[in-house]
Amino acid sequence: MFHRGNGSASSRLANAGQQHKAPTGIVGFDEITGGGLPNGRTTLLVGGPGSGKTIFAVQFLVQGARVCKEPGIFVAFEEAPKRIVSNFETFGWKLAELLKQKLFFLDAHPTPDLIQSGSFDLSGMLAALEAKAKEMGARRIVFDAMDIVLALLPDAAAKRRELYRVHEWLVANKLTGLITAKAGGDEEASLGQQPFGFMQFMVDCAVVLNHRVELGVSQRNLRVQKYRGSSFDENESPFVIGKQGFDVAVSRMLGRVDAKVTNERVTSGVKRLDTMLGGGYYRGASVLITGLPGTAKTTLSGAFAEAASRRGERTMFVGFDSDGTEVIRNLTSVGIRLAPYVKSGILRMISARTIVGSAETLLVRIKALANEHKAHCLVIDPVSTLSKAGNELTAHGVAERLIDWSKADGITLVCTSLLDEMSTKLDGGTPLQISTLADTWIHLNYLVQAGERNRGLSIIKSRGTAHSNQVRELILSETGVTLADIYTAGGEVLMGTLRWERESAERVAREVADVAGKLKRVSLDAEEAVLEVRAKSLQTELVAKKAEKSLLTRTTESRVRELSRGHSRMRELRGGDVAVPRRKKAK
Amino acid sequence: MRSTIFRFRLYIAGDTQNSMMALANLSALCEAHLPKCHKIEVVDVLREPKRALAEGIFMTPTLVKLAPSPVQKIVGTLAELGRVLQGVGLRAPIA
Repeated sequence: MFHRGNGSASSRLANAGQQHKAPTGIVGFDEITGGGLPNGRTTLLVGGPGSGKTIFAVQFLVQGARVCKEPGIFVAFEEAPKRIVSNFETFGWKLAELLKQKLFFLDAHPTPDLIQSGSFDLSGMLAALEAKAKEMGARRIVFDAMDIVLALLPDAAAKRRELYRVHEWLVANKLTGLITAKAGGDEEASLGQQPFGFMQFMVDCAVVLNHRVELGVSQRNLRVQKYRGSSFDENESPFVIGKQGFDVAVSRMLGRVDAKVTNERVTSGVKRLDTMLGGGYYRGASVLITGLPGTAKTTLSGAFAEAASRRGERTMFVGFDSDGTEVIRNLTSVGIRLAPYVKSGILRMISARTIVGSAETLLVRIKALANEHKAHCLVIDPVSTLSKAGNELTAHGVAERLIDWSKADGITLVCTSLLDEMSTKLDGGTPLQISTLADTWIHLNYLVQAGERNRGLSIIKSRGTAHSNQVRELILSETGVTLADIYTAGGEVLMGTLRWERESAERVAREVADVAGKLKRVSLDAEEAVLEVRAKSLQTELVAKKAEKSLLTRTTESRVRELSRGHSRMRELRGGDVAVPRRKKAK
Repeated sequence: MRSTIFRFRLYIAGDTQNSMMALANLSALCEAHLPKCHKIEVVDVLREPKRALAEGIFMTPTLVKLAPSPVQKIVGTLAELGRVLQGVGLRAPIA
């Protein structure tokens, strides 16, 4: 419960620091300090009212009691322990359960009717605590709101003496001590004040919490001021008091284990876009979709969410612009149906429109919800909202951490980003400069041409994958999202109606050619037929002529024969000549 | 002469300076204002730490007036006589 986030990294750190560090279980803090608070030494935690000192302290003890087998004692100078226990029930730490043996709350807050006369010391309390610590084998101790008891002491010398006493006692008893003390709102001024100034020198580790309001947005920061004998991250780190206690934001530290990388592809939900990307997004990649309002950024990310849900992957859709139900309804109109997946629990719609707070708060909430949902795919629409709340520097850091975190947890992240209305140029960076961090950057824009707006999609970059250089037209219809080829003519791209006109003109031209071809064939057929007929009649004529010719020949022969026969008959009849014997009767 | 008996319990931490001063101041006060009508019990929290824990004594020295009621705690060396007398009910609070 207390090792959220990257389990392997924290446990690795815990092992390394086991000898001299006491893990606090606070996400981020253990990384800043390389393992936690100095074991067996004293740490001072300074912060203004409501800066989260008590929460930090109690979480430190709970981690010890629950995970590190180090029972702890909480000395409450300010709040009654009963109230602390009930106040912290909301964090789900189950304090009442731990109270039986591993955790002890000492109610040391001065009663209002207490009369004070002259100096006093804390040796009585320390003696009592020593007995208790031995009895329960305590290893950790917290003195909460030490300033309250110090304020009762008459002079600076006495305060210093008592602090020394506590410090000596902690060292002698080998307890890991945490002393919290209030400081005014102004950090620099209050830290220099006695006795804190002195305390800073005495302790081995000092942590400062502050709570500022920047541009109307609350921003909490934590800073490790000193840490004897250890390296630490010296910068201010934003933190949030979340559902499960402290959550300190840390940038990736050097030497942390890199996230696992796979070659697996996940579909973008749009078939042709997958083709353009050479198979889809990489699993665990961060995808950025930029564009002006209304360029179908949400639709594109919705398509991804639908495809992920269809695969059965737990998905979370965080919408800053509209309610989850609205998104579902709107996406239904383009054939993206998310409702069944929301019902089955695979997809979770988060409407974050009403969440106000610093970018850090938003990130922590998103992280907590994603962990709760065990999300594999995450959509943030639009991520540029982060830069609206609070200062931009923090927001940029948040965007970096968002990507870092999603990569470490292997979450495929699709976030949309609204580009400034005015910055229409394609190479213009996004407000969060997230574009440099994202693995795949898809840009959507309008093309106004011939009195209409059409959506164009192009892939600006996609690390590690071959991707198409083509601008495609994004078409939304009831049946879904499709990408159409666009026409380029004279260096201009044609989309929408112009594209359609061009397409239909081509269609007509094709038809005309078809018909002409057919016509030609028909006329050729006719000519062929004519020729064939003519050939046949000639043939017949030829046969007739041949017959005529043979008849002629025969007639001629018979006439010749007749003629000769006639001669001999005549001669016979004349009888003048020697008659030739008659072979046959004349015709 | 008073008839009520004042019962005090003084928690001290060994023989530290504050504790010794408190003991001396208490004795002097009793001698002066409550002769022969007081009882003082001294508890050394270093020897009986569990008792201090159970009875909620964290700052030493602490004087507890057990009787007459109400029970009243006074922390410190008892150096300011007026405040102590007021605390134990021997002098009316100055309005």
